[in-house]
Amino acid sequence: MLLIPCPWCGNRDEVEFRYGGQAQVPYPVDPTSLDDAAWADYLFVRDNHCGSYAERWVHADGCRRWFDVVRDTATNEFAP
Amino acid sequence: MTRLPSGGRIDRGRTVECEVDGVPLRGHPGDTLASALLAAGRLEVAPSVYLGRPRGVLTADPGEPNALVQVLDDPEPMVPATEVELRDGLAALSLSGVGRADPGGAARCEKRYRHADVVVIGAGPAGIAAALAAGRSGARVYLVERHRELGGALLDGDERIDGVPGAKWVARAACELAARPETRVLTRATVTGHYDHGYLLVAEHSAPEQRPPWQRLWHLRARRVVLATGARERPVAFPGNDRPGVLLAGAVRRYLRRFAVLPGERAVVGTTGDSAYATALDLVAAGASVPLLVDARPEPPAALLARARDAGVPVRTGAAVIGTSGERWVSAARVSALDDRGRPVGPVDVPECDLVAVGGGWNPAVELSRDPLVWDAEIAAFAPDGDAAVGAARGSFGLRDCLAQGFAAGAAAAAATGFPVVAPPIPPVDADPAPARVRPLWMIQGDEESSFVDLQRDVTVADVRRAVDAGLRSPEHVKRYTTLGTGSDQGATSNVLGLGVLATLLGIEPGDLGTTASRPPVRPMRFELLAGRDRGALHDPVRTTPMHDWHVRAGAVFEDVGQWKRARHYLRPGEDMAAAVLRECTAARTGVAMMDATTLGKIDVIGPDAGEFLNRVYTNGFAKLTVGKARYGMMCTADGMVFDDGVTMRLAPEHYLMSTTTGNAAAVLDRLEEWLQTEWPQLSVHCTSVTEQWATIAVAGPDSRTVLARVAPELDVSAAGFGFMEFRDAVLRNGIPARISRISFSGELAFEINVASWYGQAAWDAVFADGADLGITPYGTEAMHVLRAEKGFVIVGQDTDGTVTPLDLGMDWVVSKRKSFIGDRSFARPDTARSDRKQLVGLLPVDRDALLPEGAQLVEPDATRTPPVPMLGHVTSSYRSAALGRTFALALVRDGRRRVGEVLHAPIGGADLAAEVTDPVFYDPEGARRDGHQPR
Ligand SMILES: [Zn+2]
Repeated sequence: MLLIPCPWCGNRDEVEFRYGGQAQVPYPVDPTSLDDAAWADYLFVRDNHCGSYAERWVHADGCRRWFDVVRDTATNEFAP
Repeated sequence: MTRLPSGGRIDRGRTVECEVDGVPLRGHPGDTLASALLAAGRLEVAPSVYLGRPRGVLTADPGEPNALVQVLDDPEPMVPATEVELRDGLAALSLSGVGRADPGGAARCEKRYRHADVVVIGAGPAGIAAALAAGRSGARVYLVERHRELGGALLDGDERIDGVPGAKWVARAACELAARPETRVLTRATVTGHYDHGYLLVAEHSAPEQRPPWQRLWHLRARRVVLATGARERPVAFPGNDRPGVLLAGAVRRYLRRFAVLPGERAVVGTTGDSAYATALDLVAAGASVPLLVDARPEPPAALLARARDAGVPVRTGAAVIGTSGERWVSAARVSALDDRGRPVGPVDVPECDLVAVGGGWNPAVELSRDPLVWDAEIAAFAPDGDAAVGAARGSFGLRDCLAQGFAAGAAAAAATGFPVVAPPIPPVDADPAPARVRPLWMIQGDEESSFVDLQRDVTVADVRRAVDAGLRSPEHVKRYTTLGTGSDQGATSNVLGLGVLATLLGIEPGDLGTTASRPPVRPMRFELLAGRDRGALHDPVRTTPMHDWHVRAGAVFEDVGQWKRARHYLRPGEDMAAAVLRECTAARTGVAMMDATTLGKIDVIGPDAGEFLNRVYTNGFAKLTVGKARYGMMCTADGMVFDDGVTMRLAPEHYLMSTTTGNAAAVLDRLEEWLQTEWPQLSVHCTSVTEQWATIAVAGPDSRTVLARVAPELDVSAAGFGFMEFRDAVLRNGIPARISRISFSGELAFEINVASWYGQAAWDAVFADGADLGITPYGTEAMHVLRAEKGFVIVGQDTDGTVTPLDLGMDWVVSKRKSFIGDRSFARPDTARSDRKQLVGLLPVDRDALLPEGAQLVEPDATRTPPVPMLGHVTSSYRSAALGRTFALALVRDGRRRVGEVLHAPIGGADLAAEVTDPVFYDPEGARRDGHQPR
């Protein structure tokens, strides 16, 4: 079980969190201006690589804040 | 009798009486079932699982593959007799590899969650040293040992540390550790998994005399882990190596030293390294004869040869035990010289014996290591490549090395957690030097069908050869092909041996093969321990409404909706569910009925931007909703699929009260907060769950206005004075403040009364009393489902499944074209916009009494019934209707709206049910019943 660094609460057990997928995939400012491929890319396509990965978590059973972290998907180590 | 007259770490002052396979067995506290069986001369255990071959105890540790038992008052199937501590009244059956799970657990199981700076796994000399060093820093230290006492191999030998015998040094260390306030020692505690970020699961159990027994599952979060898990001896695959009387050499020594049990009178010892010499010497010291010690190495250390000679033990070097003979038990060993490639050459000696002690080398116990494993040719085994493991777990077998590594690792671990400390000086050690290099010896040429690699799985060298002949090379593939290492012992004695055999057959070095991955739990783990107290009523929180007890008294049959208990229907004497639901529906359509709707999710949405926020969240508009009015809303995910729905009221310009489906309340709140925090932080809005704060009573039916007029006498409940989708604050006749809305999920005139939850029962009582003369009928969720389905109202999660848009449901009216909202762009995606998607339709079975099963697939009448059958959709809701006097259903059907009037078939168990596709609104399509009639 991961030990996840909540920026508000400090390190807490993974069971207190929910995963939010890749970070920095903002909702498009004007979705109607996107063509179908670009919109599908926003909806369905995320990076999935081995190594450093920016991702979102929410401290659901704690402070309920969303935050971004960088985790190595091979070792599960969080970048400081 | 093979119990020695003295020695051992058993309590000879007391005798313990137990029973194995119905035969009485005596032993002493401190014995295991295995040691007591050996002491009683009961060498044979249950036959092997597949081949039915006679078997005996092989080991003295939890990796025992043969001596498996079922303890009769213990739910755990198949435990190794080597791990069962003797106690009075213990009764066990020996097992041939198949146990029996008994659901009736007697043990009390609990969990503990702890944080530690340093956790040391294993309390042999290296682990004790690490715990001592770390503990002296003041760090919070856990030392976890699976045996009942600390010491590991120090309890089996003659080593001296700091001028005292090893066992005494252990006792002193135990005293020091016990005195440290921040150090905790767990015994009878097995680490079953070592997960990310120092997370450890530890299964601890009580001492055998504890009644009732207890178990604890420790969740330890360690900032540093020191692995001092020791090493396990491995056998050699020679013909007849599974015969009772063949034991591992280290196990023989442990039975002698720790249990004062002599497993044989006349022993042949076969080894590939130094350690079995001590076994031979101990056997002689215990009064046994050792007619031959066979060392595979051509030139063992001279000092060892001298000690054997002094003890009168003949040693044959460059040779090996190549087989056994005997009726059932060993009566002789077969011994031959080996050539330089390890093959038997020359004449075969057949010394008589009743015990063959085999040492094939020691494998570091690496299953808890998170470091990569590398092949160490010196010990012919895999060892972790890192500094987390110390002592034998790293492949260092000399006592001085074990202590040095333990002290250093303990101090370093403490320092790394902020508790700097200097490693203690290594005390004077009087012990054998670190052992010399072993000669790898995996298999002996001969009858491969009787050369066993995995005794628990009855896997032989012949099986491995068949895998190789089938073209398999990877250890993972060979494991699955042969089942080698898949027993409950998880390959403790067989994994590395299997690699060696595989490498030998392939003509390569084991190090070139890599090893199979260990996955937690690395020891079998009890489900009851994982569950702990989270079982039965404590498994999951149960949420009940303030009126729950009333429902119970009224004969409610409950269903689970999320964690809520909701009344599904109320049974009257002589009724079944179908009759009750028809009665409840009739009341709602023709008189008045009431339902506890408290469980609907309720969220306060407050702030200057609340209207704008809801506009973005819902597919329809809320910013312009008038204060005092309510509106049905639907929300979608970004891909345009229906996520949730419900009615939201505007209580004040900056205050909305949203309702959600019962099961989705938490998910909706999560989602609102996610978008507020991550996408629209500039919006000033706060969301608060108020589900538990309000009790809700739905009153439905043409007579509901009469009841409301009585319950809230001050309130104008006329159709003109209280419009549909409006709400009023009111005071009930019994003084309870209430918020009353006119909303309907049945198509009938209906009201919802919301009161503070502590008034829920009183408000319910008032409504029930005021409707008594009108026959007011409590109705449950099943009737509610029927009533809404008759009107074609969907239930999110029943009629939708995450692939359905509002447009698929025919709810275009709820999708605004004048504002943007989450998911709107998706309605223009080619797949979402096509006109032949699965759409919500009604179904009327041609046979008016035939009930379509929910989930039934729908096909064209003449569709082929040979797979693949072209499926058009499925039934989502299906009921008997009192109002319609027949059955009906809702369904999602491809291009469904264009199919109205067609007949489709639902193939059910070989027969077809025919149904006509209809509009999904079956009852009162013009909405004439919504405003009811004036109060009586
Ligand atoms: Zn937090």
